[in-house]
Amino acid sequence: MKPVNGRSTGLRKRIGNITDTNLLMSITIVVFILMYLLAMLFLQKGFLKPQTFLNLLNSNAALIILSCGMTVVMITGGIDISVGGVTALVSMCSAVWLDYKGGSVLGAIFISLGIGLAFGLVQGFLIAYLDIQPFIVTLAGMFFARGMTTIVNTNPFNVQNESFVKLKDTRIIIPFLGSYNKRGDYINAYIEIGVVVALLVVAVLFITLKWTKIGRSFYAVGGNRQSALMLGINVRRTTFISYLISGILAGIGGFVYFMHVGSGSASHASGAEMNAIASSIIGGTMLTGGVGNIIGTLFGTMSLALIQNIVSSVGLDQAWWTGITIAAMLCTFLVVQSIIISRRKKSLMSAAGRNKTGGV
Amino acid sequence: MTAEKRKEGSFLSGLLRNQIFIPIAALLLLAVFNLLADPSFFEVRLGYNNAGSPVLSGYLITIIDCGTELAILAIGMTLVTAASKGQDISVGAAIAISGSVLLRILCGTESRPESLHAPIIVAFLISCLVAMAFGAFNGVLVAFFRIQPMVATLILFTAGRSIAAWINNNELPIVTDETFAWFGNYIPGIPIPTPVFIGIAFFILTWALLKFTNLGLYVQSVGINEQTSRLNGLNPEIIKLGTYVLLGLCVAVAGFIKVSRLSTINYSVVAKDIEMDAILAVALGGNSLSGGKFNMKTSVLGAYVIQFLTTTLYKFNVKSDALSAYKAVVVILLVVLSAPVVREKISELFRKLTASGKADAKA
Repeated sequence: MKPVNGRSTGLRKRIGNITDTNLLMSITIVVFILMYLLAMLFLQKGFLKPQTFLNLLNSNAALIILSCGMTVVMITGGIDISVGGVTALVSMCSAVWLDYKGGSVLGAIFISLGIGLAFGLVQGFLIAYLDIQPFIVTLAGMFFARGMTTIVNTNPFNVQNESFVKLKDTRIIIPFLGSYNKRGDYINAYIEIGVVVALLVVAVLFITLKWTKIGRSFYAVGGNRQSALMLGINVRRTTFISYLISGILAGIGGFVYFMHVGSGSASHASGAEMNAIASSIIGGTMLTGGVGNIIGTLFGTMSLALIQNIVSSVGLDQAWWTGITIAAMLCTFLVVQSIIISRRKKSLMSAAGRNKTGGV
Repeated sequence: MTAEKRKEGSFLSGLLRNQIFIPIAALLLLAVFNLLADPSFFEVRLGYNNAGSPVLSGYLITIIDCGTELAILAIGMTLVTAASKGQDISVGAAIAISGSVLLRILCGTESRPESLHAPIIVAFLISCLVAMAFGAFNGVLVAFFRIQPMVATLILFTAGRSIAAWINNNELPIVTDETFAWFGNYIPGIPIPTPVFIGIAFFILTWALLKFTNLGLYVQSVGINEQTSRLNGLNPEIIKLGTYVLLGLCVAVAGFIKVSRLSTINYSVVAKDIEMDAILAVALGGNSLSGGKFNMKTSVLGAYVIQFLTTTLYKFNVKSDALSAYKAVVVILLVVLSAPVVREKISELFRKLTASGKADAKA
């Protein structure tokens, strides 16, 4: 849907023609690239090495997956804050399964998926079919997951299981991107398995959201429930599926997180839900639903990781700076979103006869 | 549901629909459970503390003592919920901030000062101002930028504890002055914990505020229909902002009690998860979480029910970390029972049961 006879001219017209989703996403991508370039210029040291960039991916693969789930839910106009708790629960259960029960890695993967699926099913049912506020349900889900993690096992511990450690230490080497250390030795650039999983999830979800029926239904439901219902979309089922996806992705993300840290602890991934929400928002997903993009979310997560990286390289390595910078960034993006959308609404209202641009 | 049908409903479903029913029923349920499990739960003893002054002790006293902060927060949360159709999830972090400010002013930069750097009342007033400023920050985001309350307050939720750490430069100062501890514990010679008095005073103040001004009515009308209240000459933005500032005041008072209890603060754990409890208190009080009509008294009652539950769980040696799992189950049960869809089904079931009962009686 492109407004054909817009009255504004030049750049304004072109911006007006971009959909909300693409506009917000391009802001994020531009901000990310600018930040990275500035970091390269002024901080040089590590930022010139490709491995620094790959490490951003390595340490945030789980967050990318969680954020993708969050984006899907947010596109339908909901929110899922249980993902961090589910991640902790998944990693603890997998750790206990591997070390105390002597189970296999495959079993642990199934356990992770099962936990994610269970959370998705229950939360989705309560929200979609019983019309309970998503925030309350998933808040309860988060507290349940956190509490259960402590009940499963109180003390944090490192997993010793051999095949798991092997899996954890597997590095996928990327050719031509390595660098030389001070002694002149060549060090290979690498990514972890989690990154492959994360990128796979991003690709699959991107295709789903863009070109499948259910993907388009998410946007329709988030944009306007009433009209979606009138278009013959099963709103309840769509909402249900969005939470199901988020739950399963929380399970997968939990296992990827577990593969990255290799231990089980009740305090794992604390605040991950908030980071996931922040990533989605920074990536251009609107809280009101109907607007959002997986690629934007990917860049949102990376921006979040990059800003933490920059903050610590600048020397502000006190723990509190991370929290404050993330919050400041979130705040800025929220306000920008709110201003952009209200301005666009006004210009749309004033330009009578122009079609309202809703989804993508 | 039409008015006629409502009249038709039996006494039981009428009771079910009453707002005060949920907290009272939950309270009774817990009381009966405790009575069956261990009657000594209700014992109240008069003892003497280390300083030799008389103090009352027992689980019941613990409940009304420790429930104070939650009850105070529930008051503010009710208003915020009613006006802005969402909840503030940053209250725990805001308590950490206001408590840190309090300690910063009392202790200066020393970690264990010999004497207080400022009178307690001054420190308290400044912490109130800071908390209200943070409340206003949330309020502006919600009212003027039209961001969903839970997401707007997410910002402070993320940054709050970091800011608290930054205020005290990552130190945990301790107030050695004895009078400061009075506010969270006992004033010598009075056997009832001081927070109870503070809670009652605060409740009466807000009750009077709502009773003798139009604030309560305005808050409700904004929550029910923003457009209509604007047409009636109200300014919805200012009223929403006002409720957030008021919640900031509640946060400051609750933070004051929290800090006074231990004479110090651990910003990373103080008032942890209290936002969940406060929201739960509002829901338990039978208030709709999507705004509109509200009842402050039932929210306060709800807060004490939660404290009752917490104390009960502690008594059965549930670890504090695991507590949240049990609470979450209770929350889910409550919201499921209070969901309109489920309520409709239940009252339908009741009607069928009573109808079949009548039919049996006729036959």
